[in-house]
Amino acid sequence: MTASLSVSERRVGMFLSVLLALMGLAMAASARHGVMSAHGFMALGLGIALAFLLGGALYDPEPPANRLQRYYDAPTRFGLVMTLIWAMIGMGIGVWVAALLYWPEGTPPWPATSFGRLRPVHTTGIIFGFGGNALIATSFHVLQRTSRARLADNLSPWVVLIGYNLFCAWAVTGYLMGSTQSKEYAEAEWYADLWLVVIWVTYFVLYIRTLARRNEPHIYVANWYYLAFILVVAMLHIVNNLALPVRWTTAESFPIWSGVQDAMVQWWYGHNAVAFFLTAGFLGMLYYFLPVRSGRPIWSYRLSIVSFWGITFFYIWVGSHHLHYTALPYWAQTLGMTFSVMLLVPSWASAGNAIATLNGAWHKVRDDATLRFMFVAAVFYGLSTFEGSFLAIRPVNSLSHYTDWTVGHVHSGTLGWVAMIVFGAIYTLVPQLSGKTEMASPRAVEWHFWLAVTGTLVYVISMWNAGITQGLMWRAYDENGALSYSFVQSVEAMAPYYLLRTIGGGLFLTGAVICAWNCRATMRGTTEDATDRPLVAQPAE
Amino acid sequence: MLKLHYNLEKISMGLVAAIIVAASIGGIVEIAPLFTIDETVELPDDLRPYTPLELAGREIYIREGCYACHSQMVRSLADELDRYGPYSLASESAYDHPMLWGSKRTGPDLARLGGKYSDDWHVAHLIDPRSVVPASIMPSYPWLTRPLDTDLLSDALATLARLGVPYDEDMIAAAEADALAQSRPDSDAVDGFLERYGERPEARVFDGDPSRLTEMDALVAYLQSLGTLTDAPYRLLAEGSQ
Repeated sequence: MTASLSVSERRVGMFLSVLLALMGLAMAASARHGVMSAHGFMALGLGIALAFLLGGALYDPEPPANRLQRYYDAPTRFGLVMTLIWAMIGMGIGVWVAALLYWPEGTPPWPATSFGRLRPVHTTGIIFGFGGNALIATSFHVLQRTSRARLADNLSPWVVLIGYNLFCAWAVTGYLMGSTQSKEYAEAEWYADLWLVVIWVTYFVLYIRTLARRNEPHIYVANWYYLAFILVVAMLHIVNNLALPVRWTTAESFPIWSGVQDAMVQWWYGHNAVAFFLTAGFLGMLYYFLPVRSGRPIWSYRLSIVSFWGITFFYIWVGSHHLHYTALPYWAQTLGMTFSVMLLVPSWASAGNAIATLNGAWHKVRDDATLRFMFVAAVFYGLSTFEGSFLAIRPVNSLSHYTDWTVGHVHSGTLGWVAMIVFGAIYTLVPQLSGKTEMASPRAVEWHFWLAVTGTLVYVISMWNAGITQGLMWRAYDENGALSYSFVQSVEAMAPYYLLRTIGGGLFLTGAVICAWNCRATMRGTTEDATDRPLVAQPAE
Repeated sequence: MLKLHYNLEKISMGLVAAIIVAASIGGIVEIAPLFTIDETVELPDDLRPYTPLELAGREIYIREGCYACHSQMVRSLADELDRYGPYSLASESAYDHPMLWGSKRTGPDLARLGGKYSDDWHVAHLIDPRSVVPASIMPSYPWLTRPLDTDLLSDALATLARLGVPYDEDMIAAAEADALAQSRPDSDAVDGFLERYGERPEARVFDGDPSRLTEMDALVAYLQSLGTLTDAPYRLLAEGSQ
């Protein structure tokens, strides 16, 4: 990090680190005890460490004078490392909580290792830690290459990445200490939410400033998706997290929304976290890395326009399909269902566009595991969006809702689509950004691919079976008109599926561990590729 | 149309504005009408807010992530009515900041749990679920026997009052005392508690140990309050079946 910053930038960085440390100190001192105080100390420690890191390098030589003529890849490399670290944390805890549903006693009898506290560590670790870092890291890369311009600033990429990871660390350590808002996928407490707003605004400003310096007249499709991701996530995050702290010096707060309003706002957020975090951002990744790796242009430019605006417009409506047959007004449920079904059109347009792009490159899909990751991602994207529209239909939802079918659906999206495209991007980027021609062990990539595919299939198929079994058992009546099964009988019936699911997750985790090891071996002795730089602008049109 | 987009792609702020507009419409249409909730959802006359002890229990329910496996929303489906009880009404969670409707039933729905089991059953079940339900996969919560921290209760009630939950100044000022009083039915302070909250929320020793106010007291009090804040769902169901 320090070597790529000029001396004056290191000074500003030191100033910001000291500010962070002071903020942490103020938090710790005013809260005095509890979660907020522990988080204050975390910020204090991070601020001091960064101040030492930058201060120690203050009089190191200036970076090469021509650095502004080159792409800025150090933040991307750091972001990819954080992606892999969070993958280990998030997937590791995921396998742990999966195992707990089979062996409920398989955890130390401490509050911090209880299922209910570990579960949001898994979801936040994966969505925000793994997914978020991957999105930010790849967005910096894609933005620069498709704009043929260096990032507009040298310091703010670090502010974004380090600040974002502080948010993630605050969130997951907070859950372990018993601090949560309970809003699914938005569990972090109020000050962490405010902190994320600051980081997000910095991210947006950096993105738009770099875009403004582009040497391409047109903004490439991938950037539309990344922009939608940044903008809409900001909107969702702010509205859903509006809360009143009990005291300014405690982590506890109450959301300003209550009851049915809160339910609608929460699932408007919840489903669009899926849409704009787990879909739009990763489609941006797909639209860049798939053509690059396969060496084929996107099959249809018009189709990409239709699917982008379709996804941006339709997705926002569908959150209410999480609330079928509940106390939410019927018309709102119906709207959610209708738009969910319509959403299949732009979703399949994207998936089809991606797969059609591979026409003429199928031999590469056969030979190159990296490209195969992206192909499988596109297939699973198509499958899970179809399943999503299907599950949103009211009568289907009456069977599937509250069951493990939903969990299976989510994981066919996150394991099959999101994680696969991330691994495809990682295996493309890591050698390129390390100045190597390929990964340290291409065979390990092959192993990872088959572990990931097998793990996903085992996981998803066992959860389909589990969910449908639950749904049918809950609604079964005997010939006397009484319910056939008690609830706990449906719990007992889940045991084999929960065991299989744990095995599937374990296979997937093993693949990810191999990936992390392979990336570490590849990144060792990183050198920058001197030819990878923005070309001089050609006169446009 | 394509030409329009061709030009839009060249203007970054134009793209930003278009994304914001496209992504706002759905949310506005679905969420904005719910702000007229005061007029459209009538609160039943007998709806009461949580007592301070129940509220403290609710915070523990949230802290331990119970909502990840238990919903509190009976859907209007025949088997759910038979299994759990009357379907949930919007008014029932009107004072719930946040709502805990949930999204997954690894365990059963809890919207109608209040009064279904004894306090002793809840205490035994929370400390070791498999001692009462051998096939249960619920985690054990042995640490709930520690003392309840009531330090934040007054401020919590005050915050909720600012958000529209009907706690008056007396209730806010006496929150800590009321939490203690609800778990000590024989103490003198219980009169004040009954005066403020009426006869419906029961004052009793929830965790079986009258000498200590524990997190178990609070959580069991909360669990026993679920579905009892108003009788409206039962009245509605009775009217419907006539």
